[in-house]
Amino acid sequence: MPIIHIKDVVKNYDMGAELVHALSGVSLDIEANEYVAIMGPSGSGKSTLMNVVGCLDTPTSGLYDFEGQNVGDLNDNELAEIRNRKIGFVFQTFNLLPRSTALHNVELPLIYAGVPSHLRREKAEKALREVGLGDRMTHKPNELSGGQRQRVAVARALVNDPSIILADEPTGNLDSKTGIEIMQLFSDLHGEGNTIILVTHEEDIAAHAHRIIRLFDGKIASDEKVEKPLIYEH
Amino acid sequence: MYFGESIATAFGTLRSNRLRSFLTVLSVAIGVFSIIAVMTSLGALQYSIEGGLSALGANTFQVQKYDNQHGGGPGWQAHARNRKDITYEQGLAVVERTRGVKHIGLEVWKFGVEVRWRSKKTDPNVSIAGETPDGLPTNQWEIDQGRGLTQSDLDLTRKVVVLGSDLAQALFPPSYNPVGEMVSLGGVHYKVIGTVAPQGGLFGNQDRYFIIPITTFFERYGKNRSIHIMVQAESRENFDAVQDEVIGVLRAVRDVPPGEDNDFAIFSNESLIRQFNETTYYVKIGTMAIAAVALLAAGIGIMNIMLVSVTERTREIGIRKAVGATRHSIVSQFLFESVVISLLGGLIGIMLGLAAGNVLAMVLEIGPVVDVGWIAVGIVACCFVGVAFGTYPAWKASNLDPIDALRYE
Repeated sequence: MPIIHIKDVVKNYDMGAELVHALSGVSLDIEANEYVAIMGPSGSGKSTLMNVVGCLDTPTSGLYDFEGQNVGDLNDNELAEIRNRKIGFVFQTFNLLPRSTALHNVELPLIYAGVPSHLRREKAEKALREVGLGDRMTHKPNELSGGQRQRVAVARALVNDPSIILADEPTGNLDSKTGIEIMQLFSDLHGEGNTIILVTHEEDIAAHAHRIIRLFDGKIASDEKVEKPLIYEH
Repeated sequence: MYFGESIATAFGTLRSNRLRSFLTVLSVAIGVFSIIAVMTSLGALQYSIEGGLSALGANTFQVQKYDNQHGGGPGWQAHARNRKDITYEQGLAVVERTRGVKHIGLEVWKFGVEVRWRSKKTDPNVSIAGETPDGLPTNQWEIDQGRGLTQSDLDLTRKVVVLGSDLAQALFPPSYNPVGEMVSLGGVHYKVIGTVAPQGGLFGNQDRYFIIPITTFFERYGKNRSIHIMVQAESRENFDAVQDEVIGVLRAVRDVPPGEDNDFAIFSNESLIRQFNETTYYVKIGTMAIAAVALLAAGIGIMNIMLVSVTERTREIGIRKAVGATRHSIVSQFLFESVVISLLGGLIGIMLGLAAGNVLAMVLEIGPVVDVGWIAVGIVACCFVGVAFGTYPAWKASNLDPIDALRYE
C-alpha cells in the first residue's frame, strides 16, 4: 500500500471575483522510502500540492489517502495530529522559533505529541547529533549559520520519526555549497529508509531525487524515474 | 501537557517585550492596588476600633440615653430629644432585677478637667468617671497598683480615686507608686487608692481617667445627668437574654408603654462594629466600582497587547501549527499568557496595596493587617480579567490558517 495515494484531486481557491484552479485533477502514488521531487514553474500548483500532501490544506474534491486514511474526512485536530506524527516539514525560510534554542525548536513537535520531558530531550539531542549539530544545541537561530539553521529544521522534521519528510525549496535560502551539504543530508536520510518529498524549481536540486514529478497548470505534465540520481561522495 | 511550554513561552514573551509587558502589568496592578489598599486600610481601622472597643469587653453592652449618632435622621427631633435621663435609681433597679450577669456597673462621665499633684498640673483633657465597683471590670479596667472601688467607698462617698495609666504617668515620675498620694481636682483633694493597667487604644491618650465613686461624683457635680449602665453577661449564650431582660426592666421603670420604641439606646461591640461597617459600606462599594473600572481599562490594555502579540507572532503560530499544535493548544498558550500578565499585575498590586494599607496599621500601632479574603478577590478578579480579555486574541490566533501564517512576513 502506498503511503500517499492521491486520486483526481482538485483544489480551487475562491478569490472573490474569480475562482483560481490551483490543482485540476492530480493523481499520484508515493511508496515508502521513495525520494520524489515535485517540480514546476511558479503558479504550476506545486506549493498547493505540497500543502495538500502536508495536510495543511484539504482538497476541494478528489481523494487523498494518507497511509490508507482519507484525509478529507479528518477534522482540524486530526489533521494537526497527522502533521505532528506522520509528516516532517522543512521550509525554505527554515521557520524556527527565533527566541528558542536549537534544542527547544527540535523538541517542539514532541511537546505537541505529549512526549514526557526527559524523553523529549533525549530524542531531540539524538536528532541534532544526527544532523551534525551535537555541539550547537543551546544556540539560538540567530547564532547559527543558514546551513546550521536548516539542519535544525531537518532535525525537527526527523524527531518524531515521520512517515514522510516534506521539504519545500530547502536550499532556496542557502548558498550553493551549503545547499549541497543539505542535499547530502537528504540523500543520507533517504539511505536510512526515510521517504522524502522535495518541492523545488531547480533542476540540479531535483536531480538528487529518484523520481521527478513535473506540474504544469495544476496538472501532472510528467512523472518519471531518474536513472542515475546525483549522489555526492563523502 | 503543554503547561511547561506555555509557562516558558509566556515568560519568554514578557521578557522580550519588557517595556510594554511592564506597562500592561502596571495597569492591572493599579486596579488591584486600589482594592487592596483601601480594604486593608479599612481593615486596619476596624481592628483598631475593635481593639479600642475592647474597653467594652467581651459579652458586654452599654445602655445610655442617646445613640452615638443622635441628631441624625428626621425622627430624632420629635422623639429622642425629649428623652428623659436614665437616673441613678433606674440604674439601681436594673442592677437589682437583672440576673445572669457577671458584672453590671453604673457610670457617669464628665470630660475636660485638669488634675494637680503638688506643683504638677495636667492639660484639661482628663475625664472623670463616676463608677460603681462593677463599672471597672465592665470597662476592662484592670487594677495595676493598689485597689479598685468598693461598696463602702460609695456608701461613705469617700474622696478616693483610681487613676487611668496615662493620667498616672502624666502626674507622677516613672516607677513612682502613687497609691496613698493626694491629688486635687477642682479644689477638692482625692486620695489615690489604685491605678489601672495600661490599655492603649486608637488615639493614644485614651487612659486619662479619673475614676471616683459614683456617689462622690453626684455629691460634687449633682445628680441631674444621665448615667450609663454597663452590663457584662455571664457568657456568649445568655448575652441576648440578658440584653432583653435589661430592656424589659428599664422599660418598666421608665414607664414605656407597650408598642412604643425604647427611649434609650443599647451598644455592644457588635453594634458599634456594625455601625462602622455600615459607614464604610459605601466606601467599599465606591472602591470596588473604581477598581472595576480600572480593571476594565487594564483588561482592554491586555486585549490590545495580546492582539499585537498575535499579529507579531503570526509566523510562530504557523510554525507551531505545522508541527502539530492543535487549536486548543494555541488557545491555551495565548490565554495562559494573558492570565500571566494579569496575575503578575495582581500580585504586584496586592503587595503594594498591602504595604500602603499597612502604613495606616503602623500609624494606629496595630499589627500587620492581611485580609486574605480581599487578596483572594483580587486574584480571582485578575484571572477573570486575563481570561475574559485574552479569549478573543487567543481565539484569533488559533483560527489562523497555517499556510497563510507560515508565509506571513
